[in-house]
Parts: sequence; C-alpha cells; structure tokens
Amino acid sequence: MIKKNNWKGWLYLAPIIILMSVFTFYPLISTFLIAFMKNYDYQVQTSEGFTFDNFGIVLHIIPIVSGNAEPAWVTDVIEYAIPNTLIITFVTVPLSIIIALAIAVGLNSIPKFQKIFQTIFFIPYVTNSIAVGMVFAVLFDYKGIINFLIGDMGSPWIDQGAPRWKAMIALCIYIIWSSLPFKILIFLSGLAGIDKQYYDAAKIDAAGRFKTLMHVTVPLLSPQILYVMITSFIGAFKEYDSVVGLIGKPGTDAGTNMYTVVYYIYDSIGRNQVDYASAAAVLLFIVILAFTGIQFWVSKKRVHY
Amino acid sequence: MEKKKKKAPELETAEANAESAGKKGLKERWNAFRLKCRESFLRVKKFLHQFTADGRYQKMLSSPAYEATSVKGMKLVLQESGQSVQTIEKAQKVGRIISLIVTYAFIGFMALIVLFPFYWMIITSLKSTTEIRQTEQTFFPATVLWSNFVNVFKWFDFVTYLRNTIIVGVISTLGTLVTTILAAFAFARLEFKGRDFFFLVILATMMIPGEMMVITNYITVSYLGWLGNAIGVFSAMIVPFWVSVFYIYLLRQNFKQIPNELYLAAKVDGKSDWSFLWQVMVPLAAPTIISIFILKLMGAWNSYVWPNLVASREEWRLITNGLRNSFTTTSGDPQYGLQMAATILVTVPLLLLFIFFRKYIMRGVGRAGIKG
Repeated sequence: MIKKNNWKGWLYLAPIIILMSVFTFYPLISTFLIAFMKNYDYQVQTSEGFTFDNFGIVLHIIPIVSGNAEPAWVTDVIEYAIPNTLIITFVTVPLSIIIALAIAVGLNSIPKFQKIFQTIFFIPYVTNSIAVGMVFAVLFDYKGIINFLIGDMGSPWIDQGAPRWKAMIALCIYIIWSSLPFKILIFLSGLAGIDKQYYDAAKIDAAGRFKTLMHVTVPLLSPQILYVMITSFIGAFKEYDSVVGLIGKPGTDAGTNMYTVVYYIYDSIGRNQVDYASAAAVLLFIVILAFTGIQFWVSKKRVHY
Repeated sequence: MEKKKKKAPELETAEANAESAGKKGLKERWNAFRLKCRESFLRVKKFLHQFTADGRYQKMLSSPAYEATSVKGMKLVLQESGQSVQTIEKAQKVGRIISLIVTYAFIGFMALIVLFPFYWMIITSLKSTTEIRQTEQTFFPATVLWSNFVNVFKWFDFVTYLRNTIIVGVISTLGTLVTTILAAFAFARLEFKGRDFFFLVILATMMIPGEMMVITNYITVSYLGWLGNAIGVFSAMIVPFWVSVFYIYLLRQNFKQIPNELYLAAKVDGKSDWSFLWQVMVPLAAPTIISIFILKLMGAWNSYVWPNLVASREEWRLITNGLRNSFTTTSGDPQYGLQMAATILVTVPLLLLFIFFRKYIMRGVGRAGIKG
C-alpha cells in the first residue's frame, strides 16, 4: 500500500513544493546568506565577500564606511526601533490579554445579550488595520475628540512635534483595541469547553468569584492563554501596519522616533540596503524563536493540557 | 473545615446540578465526582460528630459568635456571626445581582469603546472641515454633508483600487484553494514515505517571520522582471500567496475527521483518489473551505506591506495602499471628512462580508487565529 501510493502523494504535493521552494525555503536561506554579505547589491546580485559587519552596523557597533566619505552611523535601530518594539510588546500583550480575559469571562457569565455583545466585540477583527488606524488618527488629532474630552485641546498626540511617549500611548491603545477580538474569541471558545463540574466543585468548597477565576478558570484556560500569548508576542514583535495606519510615517516629526524593527526592515529595502534589512530580519527571527522557546519551556510547568 | 460545614446544605443541590452535567459527560467522571461528593459529605459528618462529642459544641453555644445550631431533618442550619442561613442566602442573592450589574456595566462600557471609532468615522465623514477642526467638538454633525462622499472620488481612485483588489484577491484565493485541497488530501489520506516529516517541516515555517521571506522575494520578483509591467506586478502580488500553510493544516484536520470507511468504500467502488477527493471529500469539508475562502479574501483586502513594495504605479495599487497613499501627501489642514469617507468605502465591504458570513468567519478564526 505504502509503495503503491508513493509517487502519487508527492504529485499531490507538487504545487506547494514548487511554490514553497521558490517563495519560502530559498528566501529563508538566501536572506541568511545576504545578512553575512559585504555590500550586497541586489540588482546585479554581487557582494564583496563574507562579513559580520551588517549586524554591527545595524546594532550601532560599527559605522558604515564607504570610500573616503565620513563614517555614517545607523542610529535608528538602537535608538528607536528596538526600544519601541520592546515597549509595544511588553505593554500591549499583557494588557490586551488581561482585558480580553475579563471581557470573555464577563461575557460567559451574563445570561442575556451574549450573542450580540460577542458580535460587537468581534467587529474590529474584520476591519482594515490601515483604515482604522486613520480613524484613530482623527480621534487623537490635536484638535480631536480625545483632547476635547480630557480638556487639553491643541496639544499633539501623534501630529508634528508630539512627544514620543504620547505617540506611544496612542499607538498602544490602538494596538490593544485591534488585538482584542481575536483573543476574546479564543478565550470564549476555551471557556465553552470547560466542564461545569469544576465550578460545582468550587461552589462546594465555597470558593469566591475571584478565587474561582484564579484557581479554576485561568488554569483550565491555560492552553488558550499560551496560544494567544505566543501568537500575540510574535505579532507585537512584528508591529508595522498600525504605525503606518495611525501615523502614516515613521515619526511624529521629520525624524524616525516611531520606528519599529519591521518598519526599519521595509524602509531599508526601499533604500536599497538589502544587506542591513536582512541582518535586522535575522536578528528579529532569532529573538522571536528564543521567545517562543522560552514560552514553551515555561508552559511545560504551568499549562494544564 | 468550617466553610465546608456551612456549605453542607448545598450538597444536595450541587449533586443535582452535577447530575445534569454528568449525563453529558463520561460515566466514570460522574462516578468519580459522586465519590468525591460523598467523601466530602462524610468528612463534614465526621467533623460534626467530633464537634458535638468532645464538648466543643457546648462551648460554642455559650460563645456569642455561634449562637445556636439546630438540625432540621437532614438539613443543617447553622448560625454564624448572628446570621441565619436565610439572611446569608439573601445576601448572596443581592451579591449575585450586584455582580451581574457590574458585569453588564463593564461589558457595555467596553462595547462602547469598541464601537466608538466606527461612530466617529461615520459622523466625521458627514462633517465639514471647519466643523471637524473647531474647538467645540460635536457628537453629531451640525449640517449633514453628503458631498464628502461625492468629492472623495477625486482624491481616492476607489474604482481602480477595487478592481485591482478583486482581481488579486479572487485569483490568489482560488489558487490557494487548489493547492490547499491537494496538499491537505495528501497529508490526510495518502500514505507515502516522508509524509509526516515534510508536514512537520512546512508547519515549522509558520514560526518564521514573513520579513525573512519578503526581502529575498522582492529580489526574486525584480530579478524575474515582474516589477516593470502590469502583468508582472499582478503576478508578484498573486503567485507567492498561493500557498498557505495554516489553511493546509486546518483542512487536513477536517479531512482527517472524515471516516476512513468512506475512502475504502470508494476504493471498492473503483473510484480513483482524484474523483474521491473532489466528489466526496471537498463537498463534505465545504464549511471549512468556505471559511478559508472568505478569510483569504479578507487577507487580500487588508494586505499592505507586499503590494506597497511591488506596486510602483498608482494604477496598480490595491485598496489599502491606495487609501494610505491618497492621504499622506496632503499639506495644510488634513481633509478628515474626505479621509473618513474613504475609510468607510474601505470598511463597508468587509462589514458586509462579515454580516453575510459571520458563522464561517468566526469559526475559521476561532480555529485559525492568523489574520489573512
């Protein structure tokens, strides 16, 4: 049986093998190689040999030296891209998970209008992140509704001259808003799968609401929480659309103070600095891999399957 | 222990509750639970026995906190800190109502926050620029200005973008469906050497950030000469997206649920694998395939990064790029009324899709979780 079907299976897989070889496996190897190539020129596909310099240049350890020109330093990554990405990740992921969990548990406990609310909370998922980013830009305009409500008309959040921390708050609020629906949906499907017996047992032991939440609901939801955590950490490390949607450019002024790592990668491609872009992408890949690994390792002890 | 004692009367109702849950669950689970209930009930009984036997009960009677304990048939009534069971029950009922109100208030408030940007988008699109920029913000347009929806077409080439997006979306989705169905069938039903290993390999690629691929893919398509002409640019926006590992995984799981007996029966009837796939498997997995179709279409509608890199001319842009690029270069006061009219044009088709295919979208996302 196995022998008979052998060639047939690969025939069915042929389309994806061809496509993935060209657009997934080859690029993966190629990007790794480009990251270690000196002065790679993608139009003629030439380089001047093997080097670690690209990583050093991206991380502000060594300057770009070309001919007799002044050595130029790449400061965007170390000053803006990495700190911004880390802030976004460690602010939005925990906050959005807690809010989503609270909403999901709340939704699960109400007897009426559950379906309607569930649909409302899902709506942000089916919107275009650039379009809604532009709506948030109107909300956070210096003459916009947010400033009107907090009585601070005229001070900029994301416009020209806005301080970096205020722009970051606006960005984080937008990211949390747009990341809630997916998390709520996953948590709700997890909650629906919890056996009612556990709650009856908790009742017998006279556990309060909060205690039940912390000792029954959260541990039983831990597979869903792990899943959401891993996907949203990866998503937050790759944040890009939200900056483009909300601010439209890499900074709140002529500079680049709202750069994220992925923003830097795409900008570098546009500037013909494919080698730096590759080095940054490899670094991002390693960080994401390490992070996912750590989460799996921690989850071994904490997650109840 | 004391808590258990207090809760002893509730054992009966708990058991009744558990009975309804146990019917659905496994019989062993139910028995285990029954034993557990019995055990804790016995423990309480034992404790009460000791309690009355060694004189602690007598001491309690004289202490003001625990005034009297009476036994009514099988039910235990206990007074603790001056409260009878009735008042405790009443307090619990009030607590339940309060917590329900708090929950509704929280959920309602969060729903308002979720909906507010949409409301603001709609009313801003109906306002004049002076009204948008004035210091006193209005929650409803003073004069409803429909002309924004006429003027927006001068700034925002909606028709062209819509056409491009539909072309790219439909062709890339249909291509994905073909490759996904074939691959999922091979992974779920056919047996061949290296199948499981290869499946693991392609699953592992999901962990890799797309940026790793984008860089080289950009070089590849420019090397292929796809960036200079319309057909090339559209191929560049379509062909790399004909594979979606996650949808292969999703459909494989679905195919695996279809009983093997069907496959064997089809074999006996002399059906080939190919006709079995298209005549039996695909119709049976239709709901998942519809989910994939809609989610993929939404992904094309929302894609920004890659089309932005490859579509160098205005007339090749997809809707999201068109939206962003139409409104970044304006100088002076931003035309928010027009911008919001354009964002409504981009958002409404998605919402319509959501209204008509809510079930498929939510189920697909519930299992999937990858946007696009």
